[in-house]
Amino acid sequence: MPEEKAKGCALVTGASRGIGAATARLLAAEGWPVGINYRSDQEGAERVVGEIEEAGGRAFALRADVADPSAADELFTSLEEHFGPVLVLVNNAGVRDDGLSPQLKDDAWNRVIETNLSAAFRTTRRALRPMMRERFGRVVNIASIVGQRANPGQANYAASKAGLIAFTHTVAAEVARRSVTVNAVAPGLVETELTEDIGDEMLKAIPARRAGTPEEVAACVRFLVSDDASYVNGTTLTVDGGLTA
Amino acid sequence: MAAATKEQIEERMTEALVSFGAERDDVKRDADWESLDVDSLDLVELAQIVEEEYGVKMKEEDMKEMKTVGDAVDFVAERAGS
Repeated sequence: MPEEKAKGCALVTGASRGIGAATARLLAAEGWPVGINYRSDQEGAERVVGEIEEAGGRAFALRADVADPSAADELFTSLEEHFGPVLVLVNNAGVRDDGLSPQLKDDAWNRVIETNLSAAFRTTRRALRPMMRERFGRVVNIASIVGQRANPGQANYAASKAGLIAFTHTVAAEVARRSVTVNAVAPGLVETELTEDIGDEMLKAIPARRAGTPEEVAACVRFLVSDDASYVNGTTLTVDGGLTA
Repeated sequence: MAAATKEQIEERMTEALVSFGAERDDVKRDADWESLDVDSLDLVELAQIVEEEYGVKMKEEDMKEMKTVGDAVDFVAERAGS
């Protein structure tokens, strides 16, 4: 059974499947009680909670659309009542709405920016004060290599992820001396529902010749959350099988 | 919550400033933030403490007006109704 953390818990947004679910499972195995946020996939979220509990950990499913400006406060308040202060925040919830820029609609632009970037800002803002008071905190933002490298058809997604990376670096510098770290993980092609329509052609461009797994990304998050990463701050850890090397 | 006295508020704020790294002997009413090495991040945390414990909101523009420990204590004491 995982040894439980002295106080506090972790919140993973978009944790009903994919990278979020894998991250929640690994953090629970490290002893963190975990809030499993989901928007629509209640079944998936409950499955993740069940898996964690079966392994001896603690988890709690929380429904909220993080793009809703009031979601952050509701999520945190609810989780604080269950598990105490949120000392680990993984901003993972993300959406895609692809299209070439000349045709990209305002709706598609706004939806992606709201969920991938603005929501992460709001959850982070809500998280930081308790973390600063505890003199411990870990924020990990799930970005993308698309935030650093062109991928035609994803101007909105790329802008949101590049914004998330710049946000990560800046906030890290603001709060570092309270022993709060803020880092990003930038996955390349990872096998999730978000990427299932991307063809095999892309695999040829990846030196590893395969897509990554959610667990391989989650392992990087686990490291950044761990005490071993206490001096790693404001950085972006790329996990892409060598694609951007 | 029971109204705190000005002395209690000053003691609590002193304790907070010491926890940010200020020397207790240097924390006096006329000490300014710079001399205590208190920066904007510390003031954000001080505002949180004051809000949680005395129900007094210190907005960013209020904090800009506060140059010394005494300014901050007076601001909170006035609004905390003591």
